[in-house]
Amino acid sequence: MERQSNREGVKGMLNPTRYGIERVAYWLQRLTGLGLLFYLIGHVIETSAIVNGKVAWDNMLALTQTTEGHIILILVIGMSAYHTVNGIRVMLGHGGIGVGKPGMPDYPYKAASLNYKQRASIWISIALAIIAMLYGAGVLFGD
Amino acid sequence: MAAISPKMAEEVSQTAVPTPKSITLVISKFNPNHESSYKFVEFKVPVQKWTTVLDAILYVKQHLDTSIAVRYSCRQASCGSCGMKINGKPSLACYTKISELNSDIVTVEPMSNFPIIRDLAVDFTSLFSNHKKLKPYIIREDSEIVGDAKEFLQTPKDVEEYLQFSYCIKCGLCNSACPTMATDSSFLGPQALTQAYRYVADNRDKGKKERLKMVDESHGIWRCHFAGSCSKVCPKGVDPAMGIQLLRGYLLGFRK
Repeated sequence: MERQSNREGVKGMLNPTRYGIERVAYWLQRLTGLGLLFYLIGHVIETSAIVNGKVAWDNMLALTQTTEGHIILILVIGMSAYHTVNGIRVMLGHGGIGVGKPGMPDYPYKAASLNYKQRASIWISIALAIIAMLYGAGVLFGD
Repeated sequence: MAAISPKMAEEVSQTAVPTPKSITLVISKFNPNHESSYKFVEFKVPVQKWTTVLDAILYVKQHLDTSIAVRYSCRQASCGSCGMKINGKPSLACYTKISELNSDIVTVEPMSNFPIIRDLAVDFTSLFSNHKKLKPYIIREDSEIVGDAKEFLQTPKDVEEYLQFSYCIKCGLCNSACPTMATDSSFLGPQALTQAYRYVADNRDKGKKERLKMVDESHGIWRCHFAGSCSKVCPKGVDPAMGIQLLRGYLLGFRK
């Protein structure tokens, strides 16, 4: 008999609340990846406006100079910074670097792979993204 | 031996057995043979400081609703039978004390990512078949039990390479917490991948190439994104996230 699969689905995959900062980092990595993909598509559309002549190009550029355009660019800066720095952490981890060494587990069984270096790297990624966004906001909204 | 006065005995007795408090145990009930969706049923259960979630469920089964379906066996986190979601997080019911949950309402549901047999009991067919698929045994042509072969000696350091991964009790909590398992029904899962590493790291084993080939596929090791949730919920300190990353290290050339 075919039993109900009871899979959590996308909703469960994207729920960042139950498994600590590592799951939040995973969620942010996915979210920023998707955000950057949409930006890349938008960027291709934006730059392709040049083939329609100078007026079309100037109109498209004018869109990026609005408040909404600036906010989107600030988000792109944050997403790029987080995705890059956290991506380096994840790639090194995928090679087995920084995930701890096998050993005798002792109660209360704290996982060596979820060590302070990993957590610190996640917080550094978030902090760098915030700093980059603040700097970007200063440049875009400054005089 | 010093005599104890009746008053002292009464005080000791009062200290030793505190009055039990009550909690609300909310149990997810669902029989896929007769119902189309699950429902939550509430029960008032008396608990002591040492009452586990499994004790509370068995109290309900004994006194309030005999129809509750729950799988359990050893009651000491050794058999891996009583995995379930407790207040939304995969845990062993026998290993989770109600007093640790800091809540007067405890909700128990069947583990996610496994088909439900009934109520809290889930079907482990896919867990076991993925486990078997990766050949969870020493592969080599010679044997220590035939001919005049000697036993395969290992140093404590050799043993340490795989020992923690051999503590897996196949409770399925890691597969239930894994975000990839939530969407990919063909994914091998953290349990099976970790067991692949357990044998690859064992220097008596000669099946490394064979196992690495098995995990190096589209629904294999590359679908792990190191979210770490498997290691967060493992009740035995196996640390599947570490095992999987170390196994991937072989495929990426970081390990020999």
